[in-house]
Amino acid sequence: MNDAIQIAVDVRDAVKRYGDFTALQQISLAIHDNEFFTLLGPSGCGKTTLLRMIAGFEDVTEGGIYLFGDEIKTLPPHKRPVNTVFQNYALFPHMNVLENVGFGLEMKGSSRADAAKRAGEMLELVQLSQFAKRKPSQLSGGQQQRVALARALAPSPKVLLLDEPLSALDLKLRKAMQIELKQIQRETGITFIFVTHDQEEALTMSDRIAVMSAGELQQLGAPRDIYEHPHNMFVAGFIGDTNLLEVSVDKIMRGRAQCHIGGGHELMCDAVDGIAVGAKVHLSVRPERMVLSKKATSAESLKGTVTQNIFIGTDITTMMDLDGGPKITIRTSNTERGNKRLFEPGSAAFVDMETGAARLLAD
Amino acid sequence: MSAKTDVKTYAGFRLITILCVVILYAPLVVVTVYSFNASESITNWGGVSLRWYVDIFTGPESAKFQQAAINSFSIAIIAATLATGIATAAATAIVRGGKYRLRTPSLGLISLPIMVPEIVLAVATLIFFNSIGFTRGYMTILVAHTAFCIPFAYLPIQARMQGIEDTYEHAAMDLYATKAQAFRRILLPLMMPGIISGFLLAFIVSLDDFIITNFVKGAGIETLPTAIFGSVKQGLKPNIMAISTMLLGLSVVMVTISYFVSKSDNTK
Amino acid sequence: MAGGAASGGSAASDTYAKARHWLLMPSWVVLGFFVFAPVCVMVIYSFLTKEFRGGVIWEPTLAAYDQFFFDRGLFGDSDPTLQWTYISIFWRSIWQAGLATILSLLIGFPTAYYIATRPAKTRALWVFLITIPYWVNLLIRTVSMKFLLRDEGPLNDFLLNIGLINDPLHIINTNLAVQLGLFYSYLPFMVLPIYASVERYNFTMSEAAADLYATKFTTLRRILLPAVKPGVIAGCILVFVPSLGAFLAPDLLGGAKNFMIGSLIEEQFKGNAGNWPFGAAASMILLSMVMIILLIFSSQQRRAGADQ
Repeated sequence: MNDAIQIAVDVRDAVKRYGDFTALQQISLAIHDNEFFTLLGPSGCGKTTLLRMIAGFEDVTEGGIYLFGDEIKTLPPHKRPVNTVFQNYALFPHMNVLENVGFGLEMKGSSRADAAKRAGEMLELVQLSQFAKRKPSQLSGGQQQRVALARALAPSPKVLLLDEPLSALDLKLRKAMQIELKQIQRETGITFIFVTHDQEEALTMSDRIAVMSAGELQQLGAPRDIYEHPHNMFVAGFIGDTNLLEVSVDKIMRGRAQCHIGGGHELMCDAVDGIAVGAKVHLSVRPERMVLSKKATSAESLKGTVTQNIFIGTDITTMMDLDGGPKITIRTSNTERGNKRLFEPGSAAFVDMETGAARLLAD
Repeated sequence: MSAKTDVKTYAGFRLITILCVVILYAPLVVVTVYSFNASESITNWGGVSLRWYVDIFTGPESAKFQQAAINSFSIAIIAATLATGIATAAATAIVRGGKYRLRTPSLGLISLPIMVPEIVLAVATLIFFNSIGFTRGYMTILVAHTAFCIPFAYLPIQARMQGIEDTYEHAAMDLYATKAQAFRRILLPLMMPGIISGFLLAFIVSLDDFIITNFVKGAGIETLPTAIFGSVKQGLKPNIMAISTMLLGLSVVMVTISYFVSKSDNTK
Repeated sequence: MAGGAASGGSAASDTYAKARHWLLMPSWVVLGFFVFAPVCVMVIYSFLTKEFRGGVIWEPTLAAYDQFFFDRGLFGDSDPTLQWTYISIFWRSIWQAGLATILSLLIGFPTAYYIATRPAKTRALWVFLITIPYWVNLLIRTVSMKFLLRDEGPLNDFLLNIGLINDPLHIINTNLAVQLGLFYSYLPFMVLPIYASVERYNFTMSEAAADLYATKFTTLRRILLPAVKPGVIAGCILVFVPSLGAFLAPDLLGGAKNFMIGSLIEEQFKGNAGNWPFGAAASMILLSMVMIILLIFSSQQRRAGADQ
């Protein structure tokens, strides 16, 4: 049975230029209805610019933005049925919480009474009903954030935009809010477009992630997919830790590539479109997908010398110099079994990559 | 940004701003232009000439205006100097004197001349001088000016002093300076832009003052504003345009100096 | 304004605490003697009898206030009726000052807003431009206005030349001239406080309002204005209070028929026809009005501060 996936927001070849400076270079992506979609990238990558273009606070230099099929780039912000949770919340200081939350409804034509009623419901959703008559300045940061969320949800927008809403909160509160946001998204079914620079946050909350850098879309996919199958060096390096090894491709046969690392080590991995025989590219292997052992377990085991073991609580990070030069990092769980695989610095050891762990990267 | 996406811009505000600037400057520009009017009558334009400026300095009324100018400037300099000194001392006590009961009343007293309408102040001063037998003349003007210039000198000085952290003076005292030395060698130089601003402000306020001066000056003496006023009352003559333009020029120079002084930040 | 001076910053620093009494003494002496004492003396004088050639006779009486409000004495043979002459002068001053304030607000608010939303470098230039007229002698500015508005003056010349009117507009010596004069004198005082408030305003709130379907005008009315209210009120007071007691604008631009409080008071102290106690009484009434306005303003500020 096929549930037709509706496209909530369709960005087609969107370009944003400020004078000589290009902030977004031809971005195209389609955000599904009901999904929790995240724009992820470092500062200056253009993610907030894109969000503001969808909200209506930035012009679209070239290209188009469609909301459920309708072109919206010519509409001013107050005519678009999308609402925003701002990074600094922007709660109206002279109105109390209830009035803040009901504001959008009043602007759309509801009476004060109706707006207040709906606002009350929203406050229940975010569990702040008892603060209805307080002024924003009397609330903590976490509470203000929930009010901002309630205010943006109250007018029942088709799409909710969130601009790094959790960045001002401390760690514990942030983690609690991540769970809460995800829950609210599931309950209300509204499409969430979430902007963050924190890759862990993106991995935790999203249905799909768009990784951006320097105004370009690097990769779009589900969290697991992006993590395990990064397309290029940027994505591999930005999401989680990884080992990057320079390799040369020797043979490609039936979807598998045979390559060698400097120092003579040979290994096999999945072939990638666009990478041909003779190419010199990078190979990405996550530290937790490498296994240490005293003896070589297969022809592809890599030999090297352990240089350091670093204990970080849940895991132990081992640094190793492979014969012939390349340095790698291995992460082992701090369990009974894991601890059996530790070796003294200076001792020789072998390391294997789990099946499918190695990825050839396009650049 | 286009007007659609820009939530900050309101149509028509820019026009009103330009209108505002035009309104503020039009009369001044007109007076300046007409001060160079070559013709006798102030209504018809007769070409460009400096005759009215010459008239100010050498014409029939020149003696009166010159004496008035001397009075105005000398009073302004003395009053501003005294006011600045008193204000600096007061600011030091209020900003760096700790908490004490006299603090708020002191601030209130210093603000008093600004809060009371100028004409009320003028009347009160006149009555007071009369009741204690202080004959009206140069000294009464000087004393009155010194008093009401104090708040004008005070405000920039206080603002500047508040912006200087007291860690500098503490460091000086840690290096064996006495309080007086710390004040003289550390705080005072750092505060100097504020003091200069305060002095300029007090100077201009004294120079420009009309109402209070008019009340307390008595019959035998004129300052520049009262002389101009008296002349205008008899009929608007072209040489008034010339004096006005000169005073205008002086004000612009003072503002510019004050602006550059306040921009200099010698704590960096 | 007074509010700013009255704050004085926090008193955390006490480096010169020991010397503070000596440091404060000069200001107390000078201001106490030449500002505070005179005001007290003026209060007393308002209750004395007038002397023929100006000055007073030291006989306490309510004659001055009496003359202000009532037709015949409170203690005369017939019932006192309200004397409207002087009260109407006060009333005219109040609404002249009020009108000037409204006019300044209509022009000053958009100006302040526009300047505050310029990029930083341009902004400093605009502020500089607006402050210069404030530094120019008020007398000179009023004289310039007088020159500009005369029947044969440049304004009329210009309007006649471009054919907008056929006869010169008779503006001088009318209420309108006084209005314009007051508005012109104190306009910068309206612009600067509003500018300071708008500069501190967080424009993300305007974005939030637009995001929640408010039109630009509604955003101005319900979000921006409440946020910059302190600046607007400060500006209004800074225009209203000086306008109320103004002397130069009504005298030079209004002529004999447009008496305001300032001219009334000034007249009492000119030459031999004056009535010093009456002038003192009128000054007292003006002072009381101003003090009440300032008290209301500062108590409002304190209440607003408590809300924050």
